[in-house]
Amino acid sequence: MAELTGLTLAAMRDGLRAKAFSAGELADAHIAAVEAARPLNAFIVETPDHARAAAAAADAALAAGTAKPLSGIPLGIKDLFATEGVQTTAGSKILEGFVPQYESTVTARLFADGAGMLGKLNMDQFAMGSSNETSAFGEVVSPWRAAGSNRVLVPGGSSGGSAAAVAARLCAGATGTDTGGSIRQPAAFTGIAGIKPTYGRCSRWGVVAFASSLDQVGPMARDVRDCAILLQSMAGFDAKDATSLDVAVPDWESALTGDLRGVRVGVPREYRLDGIDPEIAAMWDAGLAWVRAAGATVVDVSLPHTKYALPAYYIIAPAEASSNLARYDGVRFGLRVDGGTGGDGGSLDAMYEATRAAGFGPEVKRRIMIGTYVLSAGFYDAYYRQAQKVRTLIARDFEAAWEVCDVLLTPTAPSAAFSPGDKADPLAMYLNDVFTVPSSLAGLPAMSIPAALTATGLPLGLQVIGRPLDEAGVLNAGFALERAAGFTTQPGRWW
Amino acid sequence: MIDAATVTRIAKLARIKLGPGEAEPLVGELNGILTWIEQLGEVDTTGVEPMAAVIPNTLRWRDDVVTDGGVVAKVLANAPASEAGFFAVPKVIE
Repeated sequence: MAELTGLTLAAMRDGLRAKAFSAGELADAHIAAVEAARPLNAFIVETPDHARAAAAAADAALAAGTAKPLSGIPLGIKDLFATEGVQTTAGSKILEGFVPQYESTVTARLFADGAGMLGKLNMDQFAMGSSNETSAFGEVVSPWRAAGSNRVLVPGGSSGGSAAAVAARLCAGATGTDTGGSIRQPAAFTGIAGIKPTYGRCSRWGVVAFASSLDQVGPMARDVRDCAILLQSMAGFDAKDATSLDVAVPDWESALTGDLRGVRVGVPREYRLDGIDPEIAAMWDAGLAWVRAAGATVVDVSLPHTKYALPAYYIIAPAEASSNLARYDGVRFGLRVDGGTGGDGGSLDAMYEATRAAGFGPEVKRRIMIGTYVLSAGFYDAYYRQAQKVRTLIARDFEAAWEVCDVLLTPTAPSAAFSPGDKADPLAMYLNDVFTVPSSLAGLPAMSIPAALTATGLPLGLQVIGRPLDEAGVLNAGFALERAAGFTTQPGRWW
Repeated sequence: MIDAATVTRIAKLARIKLGPGEAEPLVGELNGILTWIEQLGEVDTTGVEPMAAVIPNTLRWRDDVVTDGGVVAKVLANAPASEAGFFAVPKVIE
């Protein structure tokens, strides 16, 4: 049954309805693939019983003619989503053993549509990272390797477990979250597709918070159609999230035509960085030729505040994180470490400090401290308020661009996947998000499509950015690019 | 530029205990990041309002009624320590 794991989600859906295979067979094939792929460390917890129970329900529904959109589809769930009765850690020791008593809105919607869960996917701790090296449960290993090399590569981050699992054919689709690129960059590194919808499209309720004004949920899958199918189930208004948008969810799958006649594709000149990798530049040029061939016109645009997006992000995101992560205090859930016998041994304050020192990893501590500093008395205006003003200017840049174009086409990341330890300097790691952060700051829908291979056989991704709520335009441009790119290479199975 | 004393003060504000010798390496790391962030100061933001919401959205009203509750056991299920239906913490008042 190994071939079942190679199907797209759409093909699984159609095969189940045609009775070509059962949901039970589909679940078993994926459970076996997950077990065989433990060297990738993509899952923190495996939940075969959940997948099997959903499959049994799906087979009954298929027989009764009451199947739902995702009946019998086994998915991976990023460990940032609260899953009732299943440990949820956000990749951090401070939440080890935390078993939510409730289900996040997005996973509840997926399960209500018939999907099952294969397990909880590894990730950068509290979604802070671009390589999965900050996970407290060991780094995820990319299924990809450069030609002729055994060197370990990162799957990207923070949704690195999701990306590795989808690329390695452990699941056809997975949930991701994206604060500054955490769906798009790992999708690009592993040769899969992923979309961050408009801020507010998907409920954040039950998603462990990192930076609330930026966090957004989205799907990761092997092609654009599968992303559309998953997003259809995940999106929608939720009264439990105050920033949830009360707007209609269109039928995204049926809008996929690949016809870009009349579409104006903008090329932001500030994204053509000095010293851009020639392979990235070549992929970008190919992408522009592909959208022209699909009927689009290409226009140059300017986003003049692009260079300030990353520094603004690294004020705003840590500031919000320092506030959100104040809840991890050893009182209500997660780790508690007693304060010991120091100066104020055994006090409540000593317990807070000892718990947070032991529970948070170095990158999380670094960001909490940056956030605490920029919000502290005397610095708020110079840092946080200035960053929020710059954010307004960045959003205005995009608004001006929408006067002359409908979508933007850029590379997703400035390089292919690197190896663990290659970016030991935090700043070097942050710069990896240079192309994804600006659209996050503006809350725009954006997706990554696998578009090319490097000379050493590693995937590269193209990013499509769209107007607020125009996921349909983003997905359709992605669909056209995907068809033209014809990206079919899979990682060789070495695990 | 921040120094070790400032790092210690930030850690205290953030309730993260720093062990002996942990503050010094953070001085260089945090200064590297803060120096890079400071390029934002060169942007002219005169008359620009700070962003409050990325997508215009109206805050909603709802009826002032109880919508949830009565789940003490669930609330306490993950507590490291609880007593008599409450979270338990080290003694605060002698």
